[in-house]
Amino acid sequence: MKYNGAFALFLLPSLAGVMLFVLLPFLDVMKRSLQTAVTGEFMGLKNYDVIFHNQAFLLAVQNTIRFTLVCIPLLVLAGLLVAFPLSSLKDAGLIKSVYLFPLAMPTATIVLVWKMVFYRQGFLNLFLTRVGEATGRWGPVMTDYLGTEASFWVLVASYLWKNTGYTVVLWLAGILAIPNELLEAARVDGAGRLKSIRYIILPNLKGSFYTIVILSFLNSFKIYREAYLVAGSYPQEDIYLLQHLFNNWFVNMEFDKMAAAAVCVGVVLFGAIMLLQRLWDKTE
Amino acid sequence: MYPGLRDKCKRVTVNQKGKQMLKSIYQSAKKNITVLLLLLPALLICLPVVLIITGSVMDSIELKQYLYPVFNGGEEFIRWKLMPDYPTFEHYGRLLFMTPSFFVLFWNSVGMVVCILAGQMIVGVPAAWAFAVYRVRGSRILFALYVVLMLLPFQVTMLSSYLVLDRLALMNTHLAIILPAVFSTFPIFLSYGGFRAIPMQLLEAARIDGAGEFRIFVKIGLPLGKSGLLSAIVLGFLEYWNLMEQPLAFLEDKALWPLSLYLPEISWMQAGFAMCASLFTLIPAAFVFVLGQDYLEQGIIYSGLKE
Repeated sequence: MKYNGAFALFLLPSLAGVMLFVLLPFLDVMKRSLQTAVTGEFMGLKNYDVIFHNQAFLLAVQNTIRFTLVCIPLLVLAGLLVAFPLSSLKDAGLIKSVYLFPLAMPTATIVLVWKMVFYRQGFLNLFLTRVGEATGRWGPVMTDYLGTEASFWVLVASYLWKNTGYTVVLWLAGILAIPNELLEAARVDGAGRLKSIRYIILPNLKGSFYTIVILSFLNSFKIYREAYLVAGSYPQEDIYLLQHLFNNWFVNMEFDKMAAAAVCVGVVLFGAIMLLQRLWDKTE
Repeated sequence: MYPGLRDKCKRVTVNQKGKQMLKSIYQSAKKNITVLLLLLPALLICLPVVLIITGSVMDSIELKQYLYPVFNGGEEFIRWKLMPDYPTFEHYGRLLFMTPSFFVLFWNSVGMVVCILAGQMIVGVPAAWAFAVYRVRGSRILFALYVVLMLLPFQVTMLSSYLVLDRLALMNTHLAIILPAVFSTFPIFLSYGGFRAIPMQLLEAARIDGAGEFRIFVKIGLPLGKSGLLSAIVLGFLEYWNLMEQPLAFLEDKALWPLSLYLPEISWMQAGFAMCASLFTLIPAAFVFVLGQDYLEQGIIYSGLKE
């Protein structure tokens, strides 16, 4: 226990800041979630009741859950599909850089391009129409991707575009950490490439898997930037996410609802993170 | 010696050589196909950059022609040329010499990012050191708390941040963006990864030689944990250069906005100008990406480390 003092001193500035800017105000938010927005009267659980009957909140929750459930498996898989062949190449540096580059691209930079690609007369429809002409299978394609439910898939695509590189690096680190002797032994025992993937590589990647899921989840909330820049505060209803809702409540100063929703989302996330960490601990 | 034998021997070796060659050709072909398969989506990934660069040097009239169908409906499709008919630097000239507001926002961004990163280093790095080196009672629980805070999205803490900033009368100032970001726990997690790689025996040896804890931190921790700190800086730069949610909520005055919010303000009619501005938003990020790619990768790996 002789290092208590040193620990406290090194940690103090950070802990004080976290207390002041996050923890204490969050307690205040919890208190406010039980009060009215303006007068501060005690309301009990009324605010929670209100948000759970609020159309916008229910829609946003549903869309956010749907987005997460679609995106994360796709991203995890896409990363793995790129990381496998990359792991067997000797000079993978350049390819890895290309996949990572979208991470560095500011959202503002690519929004213009997104519009050029996904508008009704944009590049994607141009491409699809040309393919249709060449194969004779279908006529001109005139989908408005940002104004219909296809907008959801535009968001999914931009999420994958942005985050695949991140996932590839994590998978690669996991694959390269598997001791070579293990693979060598499997090969000597007559396991082919597929068998060694199935029985050696995948089981050894469980730890990476949980990490990747957690970090993908963290990054999935940042999709709001694309959604907001492409479609504004009130986008097509399939991509109206919790992030939009919080922002709109904030602008309208509906702090009572915001507080209740922040507590709910915070509790759910806290539970999810704890659960994943439990699973994570079990794999060790 | 039989006269034919040498011939036979030769043929055998040639045969073997041929087989080897075939095998190596097959292997390199397989490798090339893998590279090709991996590069195809990769090229698709880079397409936006190509569009932006060509668009930024395209004459306004030409650009309007190509983009006309997109804004005005009709049945025609967008068109594009990788080599503009009338290449021009007019947009560059306008952006760099006639648009002072661009520079205001550019320096806003630079200022905020530098302050945030410096603050994170001053506050976060000692904290990461504390978690990495000292195992005292409660340190693990605190660390778990920090990890959870790192994973909470901005929207959940938005109201709480606002309440504090409002109380401190910091709303609508750059400090409203900088201060909460300084106390973000993400860089602590990354630096922690770097510090964990330092062997504990080294620190013990230094203690036996009579070095104080602060001295150990400065003389051993900082130089050896450098990769974690640099990772935090590179990932942090890319994150804060792209900052949007916070300024949108906490900065009313548009003159205080960062560059990342400037572009959406430009209308479609000035597409070339917008592309040029896009390019200049991208350049610092691309620069940091190229210089810091190793640390970026290292940082991603640290972010995935378990304690």
